[in-house]
Amino acid sequence: MENKVKREGAVIFSEYNRGDAVKKAISIGREDVLFELKESKLRGRGGAGFPTSTKWMLTAAAKSDKKYVICNADEGEPGTFKDRVLLLEYPELVFDGMVVGGYAIGAKEGIVYLRGEYEYMLKSLQDYLEEMRKDNLLGKDILGKKGFDFDIIIRLGSGAYVCGEETALIESLEGHRGEARNRPPFPVNTGLNGKPTTVNNVETFASVAHIVTKGGSWYSQHGTDKSTGSKLFSVSGDCKKPGVYELPWGTTINELLKIVEADNTKAVQVGGASGLCISKSQFDRQLGYEDLGTGGSIMVFNESRNMLHVLKNFMEFFVEESCGQCTPCRIGNVKLLEGVEMIEKGEYTFNYINKLKELGETMRISSKCGLGQSSPNPFISILENFKEEIFNNGKGGK
Amino acid sequence: MLVLEKNSLSEEIGKLVDLYGKDRSSLLPILQGIEKNHKYISDFAQQEVARLLDIHPVEVYSVVTFYSFLTHKPMGRNVVRLCQTITCDMFGKEAVAKAIERELGIKFGETTKDKSVTLEYANCLGMCDQGPAMLVNDQVYSHLTPEKAIEILEKLK
Repeated sequence: MENKVKREGAVIFSEYNRGDAVKKAISIGREDVLFELKESKLRGRGGAGFPTSTKWMLTAAAKSDKKYVICNADEGEPGTFKDRVLLLEYPELVFDGMVVGGYAIGAKEGIVYLRGEYEYMLKSLQDYLEEMRKDNLLGKDILGKKGFDFDIIIRLGSGAYVCGEETALIESLEGHRGEARNRPPFPVNTGLNGKPTTVNNVETFASVAHIVTKGGSWYSQHGTDKSTGSKLFSVSGDCKKPGVYELPWGTTINELLKIVEADNTKAVQVGGASGLCISKSQFDRQLGYEDLGTGGSIMVFNESRNMLHVLKNFMEFFVEESCGQCTPCRIGNVKLLEGVEMIEKGEYTFNYINKLKELGETMRISSKCGLGQSSPNPFISILENFKEEIFNNGKGGK
Repeated sequence: MLVLEKNSLSEEIGKLVDLYGKDRSSLLPILQGIEKNHKYISDFAQQEVARLLDIHPVEVYSVVTFYSFLTHKPMGRNVVRLCQTITCDMFGKEAVAKAIERELGIKFGETTKDKSVTLEYANCLGMCDQGPAMLVNDQVYSHLTPEKAIEILEKLK
């Protein structure tokens, strides 16, 4: 396995030493940590892009005897692997970010929910936490600050994509099936064991470590107005240099394709299986919350690829990974997959395919969690953006 | 199941419960521990966990059947999970899959007669930049070719 980062940008991979963020946080105090975070305009790096400072302020303001900081390392979105690289190569950023989180919201317990597929990391991460305990970056009275106690444990998932959804993740930690909860109430008020909980992505914590150390305004000078800082992109598929790239928000698809040395590109899937598939005419679009917001999965397809086959692979994925709790997602995904198979065999009517697109729209608004709300995205975008290939030149019939 | 086996399994589960705590939230780590040692979670093991955590056995069964890494049917001593998601698929998953099936003489979802290997597909393993990839128990292997995959499996025997 290779974990070398292909491009180190100016933000996430800027200089950092273990403990920097924790020292700084203690010296400026809780309120200023939250202020710097607000100033940075950091948004959640898992994909949904919720403002991190809002989440933390709500958890900090909640009154409770117990609070939790959870790191969502259930990186299951097809095409995403940046968290693997962060955890293996830069654990100091992630764990320091969690400690700062504990300090800011007043939590004493941190939990990393590591996907079962990443069990091979467990030992090295636990060893790292042990080193932090020795350095008093975890444990009691951290770095001599009276009353600042915080420790981190790692819990493993067991192979369920849906547990990347924060309330399903919490259910799993509580010993239940990973079925998403209704929201509201949100975890910031009623999270793990009914206590206020902040759940953030691995990369979010890594960003926090830099923001606290170097300041919110330092961070927000990178990127664009609404999408500050930089983003880690996990690039895979048809390109000469797949891997993890740190790029400023605002980079266009065309620029990115050039950097990763992709030729003859026909399609780019932005945001993983649950993201959007765009065609050549849209390669001037920008990565960022203004246009293409994403958790960083970029899959490149060249002219030789059959887009119907790609779509089928995605829909099979969702049929398997739907938790089965709510009807639109459980049945809708099966229907969409059947539709793809009909097209494959050439046994379809446009009337029915249009009905399935409407079903997709219904799933978007009626599914309980992000899985069913986003799983129609590839179906709708691939059939729309590649209809020439799929319906008109016969390729789809094969 | 022999009484002796039952007793030793009960004792083992008791130890896991002591280690992780007698609380519902310990359910997954306890089940993961049993899965690791026995390659499945038998009806008896599920009942024991339920008894010790003071929950209904069906609650345990419901959790076991939800997660793909927890199983209630016996698996082989080694579990091989080949990634079937798109980028691994694009870079030769099919050829690797066929080679493994031929070499082991079983299909995906099956276990070899000598119980040494269970073969399964997995969804995205997070190795999309280095596909095709597979997990053998908890170890990950990337950049697979049919030849390389078989070499890895040979070492399991």
